[in-house]
Amino acid sequence: MGVPVAKGRVSIIVERCKSCGFCVEFCPTKVLALSSAFNSKGYHPPHVVEPEKCSGCDLCGMYCPDFAIYATKIAPPKEAARES
Amino acid sequence: MNDFINSVENPVERFLRTDRMPHIWCPGCGIGTTVNCFARALIESKIDLQSLALVSGIGCTGRVAGYVKLDSFHTTHGRAIPFATGLKLANPKLNVVVYSGDGDLSAIGGNHLIHAARRNIDLKVICVNNLIYAMTGGQTAPTTPGHAITSTAPYGSYEPAFNLPHLVEAAGAVYVARWTTFHVRQLARSIAEVFQKKGFGFIEVISPCPTLYQRRNRLGDGLDTMKYYKEKSKVRHGAPTNEVGLTMTGEIIVGKFVDRDRPDYQTLMRTQLSESLGERFVESAEMVCS
Ligand SMILES: Cc1ncc(C[n+]2csc(CCOP(=O)(O)OP(=O)(O)O)c2C)c(N)n1
Ligand code: SF4
Ligand code: SF4
Ligand code: SF4
Ligand SMILES: [Mg+2]
Repeated sequence: MGVPVAKGRVSIIVERCKSCGFCVEFCPTKVLALSSAFNSKGYHPPHVVEPEKCSGCDLCGMYCPDFAIYATKIAPPKEAARES
Repeated sequence: MNDFINSVENPVERFLRTDRMPHIWCPGCGIGTTVNCFARALIESKIDLQSLALVSGIGCTGRVAGYVKLDSFHTTHGRAIPFATGLKLANPKLNVVVYSGDGDLSAIGGNHLIHAARRNIDLKVICVNNLIYAMTGGQTAPTTPGHAITSTAPYGSYEPAFNLPHLVEAAGAVYVARWTTFHVRQLARSIAEVFQKKGFGFIEVISPCPTLYQRRNRLGDGLDTMKYYKEKSKVRHGAPTNEVGLTMTGEIIVGKFVDRDRPDYQTLMRTQLSESLGERFVESAEMVCS
C-alpha cells in the first residue's frame, strides 16, 4: 500500500472542447490541467496531470458544457483472489 | 497516454444528436452544462424515452430542442408552453418537458407561463436564466437585475426584475426549485425528482452568458461566473420565494422551494365533466399521429 492507485480514468474528446476550464477547476482532486496543445478550432483542451488521483467521480463529465470529457470507474483489483 | 482518445462512449451521448456537435454555444456558456445534467437525470430516473417530448422556444436556450435525441419541437418565440400544453392534452401519457430561456418563458411567453401554472398543467419546465436576451444581442429581460448594463440599458437597468420562483409559486406551480450551473448534482437530482411530480413543475437554472451579460458588466468569463455561483450561493430548501430575488453580484438562494400537491388540469377537467355530464362523459382515445 501507500502508492495511490487510480480508481477512475478520464477520456477527453479534444475536438469538442472549448477550453472553458470548468472541468479543471471543479475536479475535487485536481487531476486535470488545460494543456498547451491546440485542437483544430484553436482551443486548449484539458489533459490529465495526476492520473492516480482520479476517483472516477465524473464531476468533470457533468460540468462540461460541450460533452467533451467524461470519466469511468476502474474496477478495483481482486485482493482476496490474489492472496488465496 | 490513454486519456486523449476520440471515443464516443460518453454516457450522455445517447441522448444527444452528436452529428450536430460541436454545438453553437459559446465557450463558458452554461446551457450545455444544464443539458448535461438533464441527460444525467434521464439516466437516473430511468424514464422511458419513448414517453418523453421536449419543447423549446426561441433563443440560445431554445436550441436545446435541436441537440437532444428525443422527440422535440422548436416552437416560435414564447410559445413553448402553449405547444406543450396541446401536446399534453392530446397525448396525456406523454412526459412533456419545456426547456427554454428566461426571456422566452417570462417575457413574450409570460402570460402562458402564469396560466399554465394556474391551471396546473402537467409540464416540467426547465428555465435557463442567464438574466438577458442572449441570442438577440443582450437586451434587458424581465429577469435582468438592477444596475446591470445591457444593450438596451447602456446606463444600467432600473426596471424591477421578476423573481421567477415567486411568480410561478404565486401562480400555482406544485414544484419550484432553483439551482445554478455550479450545482450539477443537485440540478440533475431535481430534474429526476420533478418527473415524479404530477402538475406544473418549474426549475430555474441560473447560467452564465459570458458573451453578452458577464462581458458587458465586467463580470469575467464563464469560469469566473461559476466561481461566483460557488461562493455566493446558499442552499435554503423551503425558503419563502419572496425572499429569493436576485441581484447583480449578491447572494443566490438555491434549493427546492415548493413541493406540494394539487389536482392537475386534466384531473380537474375529468372530475368536473363527470360530475356535470355523468354517463354522457366519455373520454376519447388518445390522439396518435401516424
Ligand atoms: C416573435 C418574436 N419576437 C422576437 C424575436 C427575437 N428573439 C429571438 S430570441 C429572443 C430572446 C431570447 O431570450 P431568452 O429566452 O432569455 O433566451 P437566451 O438566448 O437568453 O437563452 C428574442 C427577443 C423572435 N425570434 N420572435
Ligand atoms: S472523474 Fe472526478 S476525480 Fe477524475 S478527473 Fe473527473 S472530476 Fe477529477
Ligand atoms: S469542461 Fe469541457 S469544454 Fe470545458 S475545458 Fe473541460 S473538456 Fe473543455
Ligand atoms: S450568447 Fe450567451 S447564452 Fe448564447 S451561446 Fe453565447 S454565452 Fe450562451
Ligand atoms: Mg436568456
